[in-house]
Amino acid sequence: MVSSSIKSSEIRFGECNKQLLEEVIFYGVSLGADFVEIFIENSDNSSVLAEEDFITSVSPSFGKGAGIRIFKDKRDGFVSTNDLSKHGLMRSVSQAIEMLDICQKNNTTKFNGLEKLKDYSKEKINWLKEVPTIYEVSEKLLLSTKSLKKDKKVLVRKGSYSRNWQEVIIASSDGTFATDIRLHQTVGLNIIANDAQYRSNGSRRYGSHGIPNEFRLWDHEKAANEVYESSMNMLYADYVQAGQMPVILANKFGGVIFHEACGHLLETTQIERGTTPFSDKLNEKIAHESVTAIDEGISEGSFGSLSIDDEGMEPEKSILIKDGILKKFISDRAGELRTGHKRTGSGRRQNYSFAAASRMRNTYIAKGKYTKDELISSVSDGLYCKSMGGGSVGATGQFNFAVEEGYLIKNGKLTKPVKGATLIGDAKEVMPKISMCGNDLELAPGFCGSVSGSVNVTVGQPHIKVDSITVGGR
Amino acid sequence: MNATEITSKITNAANILNIDKWDYGASFSNDYSVQVDRGKAKQLKASQKQVITLRVWNKENLVGITTTSDLSEKGIKKALEQASVASEFGNKNEITDFSPLAKDPIDVKEVEKKNPLGIKKLLNILREAESKLIGSHEAIKSIPYNGLSESFYERIYANSDGAFRNHSKSQAAMYLYARAEEKNKKPRSSGSVKLGYGVEDIDIDSCIKEASKKTIAHLHYSSITTGKYLVCLSPEAFLTLINAFSSIFNARSIIDGTSLSNKNSIGDLISIPALNIYDDGLNDKNISSAPFDGEGTPTKKLSIINKGKLENFLHSESTAKIFNTTPTGHAGLGSKVSVSPDWIVIERSNECSELNTSLDHENYKGEFVYIEELNAIHAGVRASQGSFSLPFDGWHYKNGEKCSIESATVAGDIKYLLKNIVNIENEEELTTNGISPHVWINELSITGDE
Repeated sequence: MVSSSIKSSEIRFGECNKQLLEEVIFYGVSLGADFVEIFIENSDNSSVLAEEDFITSVSPSFGKGAGIRIFKDKRDGFVSTNDLSKHGLMRSVSQAIEMLDICQKNNTTKFNGLEKLKDYSKEKINWLKEVPTIYEVSEKLLLSTKSLKKDKKVLVRKGSYSRNWQEVIIASSDGTFATDIRLHQTVGLNIIANDAQYRSNGSRRYGSHGIPNEFRLWDHEKAANEVYESSMNMLYADYVQAGQMPVILANKFGGVIFHEACGHLLETTQIERGTTPFSDKLNEKIAHESVTAIDEGISEGSFGSLSIDDEGMEPEKSILIKDGILKKFISDRAGELRTGHKRTGSGRRQNYSFAAASRMRNTYIAKGKYTKDELISSVSDGLYCKSMGGGSVGATGQFNFAVEEGYLIKNGKLTKPVKGATLIGDAKEVMPKISMCGNDLELAPGFCGSVSGSVNVTVGQPHIKVDSITVGGR
Repeated sequence: MNATEITSKITNAANILNIDKWDYGASFSNDYSVQVDRGKAKQLKASQKQVITLRVWNKENLVGITTTSDLSEKGIKKALEQASVASEFGNKNEITDFSPLAKDPIDVKEVEKKNPLGIKKLLNILREAESKLIGSHEAIKSIPYNGLSESFYERIYANSDGAFRNHSKSQAAMYLYARAEEKNKKPRSSGSVKLGYGVEDIDIDSCIKEASKKTIAHLHYSSITTGKYLVCLSPEAFLTLINAFSSIFNARSIIDGTSLSNKNSIGDLISIPALNIYDDGLNDKNISSAPFDGEGTPTKKLSIINKGKLENFLHSESTAKIFNTTPTGHAGLGSKVSVSPDWIVIERSNECSELNTSLDHENYKGEFVYIEELNAIHAGVRASQGSFSLPFDGWHYKNGEKCSIESATVAGDIKYLLKNIVNIENEEELTTNGISPHVWINELSITGDE
C-alpha cells in the first residue's frame, strides 16, 4: 500500500530533500520496520580508450537511482529503483516491507526525524568542472600510447582512462543525514610484445580519489617505460617449474595477496557466512609477529579513501592485525547487527543497486625494518614476484594469484625471468609464513568485486618474504 | 515505459537536435532474489532497472555513444547531446554503421511467459532446499553461497532507419554451494547451478542432489604429486576453457592483435580433426537465448571449428565489413562494439578414427586426473599468449580408485591442448554454459602440494 498523500515531488540533488526523505522513512517505520535506510545516487562517468595512435572509444554515461533497505530483527530487504519520485520511493519501501513479511503490531522503533545535514560535498562542488576534458584526456592518452612505441616487437599499445563522479544522499531512521561527492580517476597502460613464437603482456594501472587535477600530473612517459620494460623482460621468459619455494613479493600491487587471501576473511560478511577460519580468533595469533595489517579510508587521495561510507559513517583507521595478533574485523551496519563487531565505516557498494556490505578500503601490511636487498639475499632458491596479476579466493579460503612478472632467485641474487607462475595457498597457512617485511611500503589502486559489487580499493605492502608457498607452473 | 514510447521520445529529441542517424539498445528489467542462512532470510532483494545505450552518427559519419538510466525527456536529450560530443572522437579508421541485417526476420523461440512467484515463495523454496541439502549429509554444516532469483526483462533495438526489434522473457536461477567440514580436515566446498525460464522449470531436487554429491565426494582428499598427467576434462571444464580462449575465433580480437589467430587463419587446422565447435545461441536448451544481438543482427547457429579446421569467425557489423563478410549476431552495443560467443556446442566429428575410445571417464582403469571444475579464470588465463594456469576441483584416479585432490592447478597452452586431445567421449552433456562431451588430453602439467 502506498500513502494517499503522495505528491509528485522528486528527489533533487543540490537541494534540501529533508522533508521528503523524512516522510519516506517515517512511512517505513510506521509500517513496522526496525530500521530504514535510503541511499540516493547521481552519477556522471566517462571513459576514453586509445589504441595504437587513435582514440577508438569515448563513452560517457550518467544516471540516478535509489537503494532502500529495511531491517527487521536481523533480516534485511533491499529494493533499488530508478524512480526517484516520492511515489517511487514509497513504493520501494512498501515492497521491502512486504518482502520481510513485517507485521506492525510489535514495532517499538521511533523515528525522531533526520539530524542536521552533514554536508561533505561543500569543498567538492566544482570537482566535475575541474577534471580534464575529453580533449585533454585524449591528447594525453595518445602521448602515452606513442611513448609505448619503442620497437617493432611492440604489437599492441593501449591506454585507457575512466572518471567516475558520484553524488550521494544518505538518510536513515537513526537520524543519519549526509551528502557527499566522490571522484575517482584511473588510467591504465597495456602492451603486448611479440617476436616469432614469443609473446608477453605488460600492464599498469594508476588511480586516485578526490584529486581532479591528478590525470594532468600523470607522468605518462615514466609509466610507458615501466610497462615496456616489464613486457620486454618477460618476452623470452621460460615457464617456471612448479613446486614449493620461498617467495619475495614486491611492494605496491603485491599487496593484492593480503587483500584477497586474508582481508576478505576479516570482513564481517564472511563471519556471517561461516566462511572465515578467523571468526573466533580475535586477540589470537593468526600471523607471523612481523605482520601488522591495516585497513583505513582516510589516506588523502588514495583510491579506497572516502569521507563517509555508503551508510553515512566516517571511516576509521582499523588495525586488523598487530604484530601477528588479530585485533579487529571490518564491519558495516548489517555486520554489527549480526556479528556484534562495531562498524568501522566500511559499508560500501558499487552503486544504488547494491545493498552496502563490509568491504575493504585502503588495505596494507605495515612496513618493517628490512631492505629489499636483505629480503632477496635471504633466499637461496626461490621466486621474486615483481608484478602480480589478478587472483581469487574460494569458499574454503584457498587463494590463487597469477604472477605477471617473476624472476628466479638463486643464492640470494635475482636471475632469469620466468612466466606462468601461480601462487596457491590458504591464508591460515600462509600468514604465519610471512617472516620478513621490508621498509618500502607503497600502495596501488585496484578494483575489488564482491557481494556489493565492484568498489575502488587500495592494496599495498612493503616487499615481504613468504618462507614457503606452492608455486603452480609447468 | 514501453518500446514504442522510448523510440518515439528518441525520435522527437533527435529531430530537435538535428541528429539524423541514431540507434539504441535498451533493457528494462524487474529482478527478485533471496538468500538464506540456516533457515532464516538473509537478504531479500528487488530491483527495477532501466538502461539505454544510444549511438549517434555525426555529419562525417563518425559514431558517438552514451549510456543512461535517466529516461526522462531531459535525460534522453542530454544523452543524445553527449553522444554527439563523443562522436567528434569517433574512430576514423573503422567506420561503424547499422547492421545490414538489422531488419531481417528474427527467429523467436516460443516460450511460455512466466509470472513472478514473489519474494515470499522464493524464500520458502530456498529455505526448503537449504534444509534438504544440509540434511543430506552430516558433514555439510552450511550453504554459505546460495540464491534463488527470477528476472523479467525486455530488450529493444531500434534505429533511425526503421529497424525495430524487442524481445521479452523471464529467467530464473538457483545456486547452492555447500561447505562440508570434518574433524581435523580442511573444509571442502562444491555446488550446483540450475537455470529455467521460471522457478517452476528449475529441477530443484537435482540441484540439491548434485551439490550434495559433489561436496561429499570431495570430503576424503589427498594431495597430488606435481607432474604431467593424462587429464579428462568435464563438459563444464572444457567449455570454460573454450570460452576463455574464444579470442581465437573472435574477429574483434584479431583486429585488435589480442588473438592467437590472424585474418588468414580460416582453414587452419587448430585441433585434432575429431573436434567440431559451433556457436548456437538459439539452441532449444539455451535458457538465456536472445534472438538478436546488440546491433539488431539476428542470432544464428555458426560453425566455428569443423573437423579441426577454423571455419568461421564471430563478427559484429564493423569487423564483418573489414573481413568482407556479413555480421554473425555476436555484437555488444558500444562505440567500440564488442564481440563474444553466445552458447558453445562441442561435438565429436565423424573423423574420429584416431581417438582412443577406451578412455571413458566412468570405466577407464588407468591413472588419470579428472577435472570437474576450473576456477579463477580471470586470473589464470592469458588469452593473448594462449597459456593458462588454473586451480581446479577434481579427482585423481589410480589403480581403479579415485581420490579428491586437495589443492592443485593445471597449466598448459590452448594450442597444445587442442592438438593433444586423445578422446572426445560420445555422450554430450548439457551445462549452464553450453553442451559438450567429456574431453581427454594427453599430458597436462598438474601442480599439487607434494
